[in-house]
Amino acid sequence: MEAYLWAFVVGGLICVIGQILMDVFKYTPAHTMAILVVSGSILSGLGLYEPLIDFAGAGATVPITSFGNSLVHGAMAEAESTGILGILTGIFEVTSAGISAAIIFAFLGALLFKPKG
Amino acid sequence: MLKGHQTWVYPAKPVIISTGTVGGPQEAKGPLAEDFDLLHGDLWLGQDSYEKAEKKMLEEACEITLKKAGLQKKDLQFFLCGDLLNQVVSSSFAARTLAVPFLGLYGACSTSMEGLALGALIVDSGYGERVLCGTSSHNAATEKQYRYPTEYGSQKPPTAQWTVTGAGAALLAPGGDGPVVTSATIGRVVDMGMSDPFNMGGAMAPAAVDTITAHLRDMQASPRDYDLIATGDLGKVGFEIASDLLKKHGLEIPSELFTDCGLEIYDKKHPEALSGGSGCGCSATVVYGHILNRMKKGELKKVLIVATGALLSPLSYQQKETIPCIAHAVSIEYGC
Amino acid sequence: MSNKVKKNLTPVQQEYYDFAKQREPKRPVFSNCVRAFLVGGGICLLGQLISDFFLWNFDFTEKTAGNPTVAILIIISVLLTALGVYDHIAQWAGAGTAVPVTGFANTMASAAIEHRTEGFVLGVGGKMFKLAGPVIAFGVFSAFVVALIKTVITMLGGL
Repeated sequence: MEAYLWAFVVGGLICVIGQILMDVFKYTPAHTMAILVVSGSILSGLGLYEPLIDFAGAGATVPITSFGNSLVHGAMAEAESTGILGILTGIFEVTSAGISAAIIFAFLGALLFKPKG
Repeated sequence: MLKGHQTWVYPAKPVIISTGTVGGPQEAKGPLAEDFDLLHGDLWLGQDSYEKAEKKMLEEACEITLKKAGLQKKDLQFFLCGDLLNQVVSSSFAARTLAVPFLGLYGACSTSMEGLALGALIVDSGYGERVLCGTSSHNAATEKQYRYPTEYGSQKPPTAQWTVTGAGAALLAPGGDGPVVTSATIGRVVDMGMSDPFNMGGAMAPAAVDTITAHLRDMQASPRDYDLIATGDLGKVGFEIASDLLKKHGLEIPSELFTDCGLEIYDKKHPEALSGGSGCGCSATVVYGHILNRMKKGELKKVLIVATGALLSPLSYQQKETIPCIAHAVSIEYGC
Repeated sequence: MSNKVKKNLTPVQQEYYDFAKQREPKRPVFSNCVRAFLVGGGICLLGQLISDFFLWNFDFTEKTAGNPTVAILIIISVLLTALGVYDHIAQWAGAGTAVPVTGFANTMASAAIEHRTEGFVLGVGGKMFKLAGPVIAFGVFSAFVVALIKTVITMLGGL
């Protein structure tokens, strides 16, 4: 039960940060997402994102910040096993499901639907 | 002939002998639906892209105008037209269908009055006897070009406006029965350093004020000489700013004769209209439909239409440029 | 940009900027944040439920359950975008729908669907990443920099 509560609260708070970036600092959605993703990478590098995931579960894995975290993890894991070039070969390893799914289903969407205006 | 610094008066009194207005689904739900000649239930008009739909709407507006005047395409001498899409394609393709000598225009949302002013100039000077002035805008095509894909989930702020899906055309001739175009003030570009593409009203208000001031000065007139002064698409935000700005400069327009086409076209409680309507089609459909109808019914004798345009491009905003704006004013009389 | 003196504005422009700003309806920041919190939290909660479902009923670990979870959220988001419903929910929820991975899927689906009229290669294929590009480009680049720094530090003797 507690896991669900924290998933809700942490996820909600990350979204509030995004909302503040858009409403108070007047960043566009694209700029906001870029800022959040980079924040995720940095927090991951500092070793702070994994503990957040342990604590909040989906509250930390569903927001776009976790994308940054996953990219760093993929890069680091491969670098640790095969050396510095592993950064390039491993970067998409963990996020592959997300990106592939987005491309495939967006394409299917374009095949089957027309915009509604 | 020239009067004052930037105003043309038309002694030959060119007449708007016919008009045509076409609208889309949102306009059909609005308070001015009865004043449209044709309304569509969706944004596609049976075409396979929004851009083609806009072209079709423009063609329909022109066709309706000609039909109401009892004329055919070959009777037309000149076609002045503009729209919001890149390279004014809707107008060029409509001109292809009409097969009439064509002058493409770009004044963003001020195109309707830019066209009417130039068309009246052609007729008044005797350089043409059948001049069609048209313009159009399409909500989805405009959003796609200037802002985001229509299904994109971005939250629009309360200053944003809703581009009208509509086309309007007016046919000018040297004589006949109909409202008369009596003068036009050509606006100059005014840039007050505003740069938010989601707040066009705030950017355009100074241009409207500049042109209204110039018109009244050149014509040595005052606001009460008119029964109605209507701006094109300042919306709620821009209209309030313009009213206050005029007051600040000692030129107050009484509220019962000052309005904005963007505020008239949609229900004020419509949740998606936000600050009001915008787009070339906004001023065109409201003026050529609703306002001219009111004149023909005898409710209004002298009106001044001040169409406002924001001259930005999708790229200029990304390159951190501000938004230069312009407003053109045309005065129309009937039954004077 | 925020409500401060902007560079490159003349005094007249600055005066107008302040005049116009006073008459601009303020964005309802507090209620937007509340809605973003509720919807964003709700989507994450849904993600947690989906994740647990895969954990209990299939052969996934806590780490790998994230993959089908993200995939399902993406499918739901693409479907809502295609049905023309997502943008209305997003107008209400703001960052609540944009920040979770649903926002990412929506940027790709909306661009792909919109640009179909320009053909599948240049339209759908070419324009699909119009809005998602920044996330991918900045995500990858920042991860690269972070990973490089960490790897070099480790190689030089570690932290």
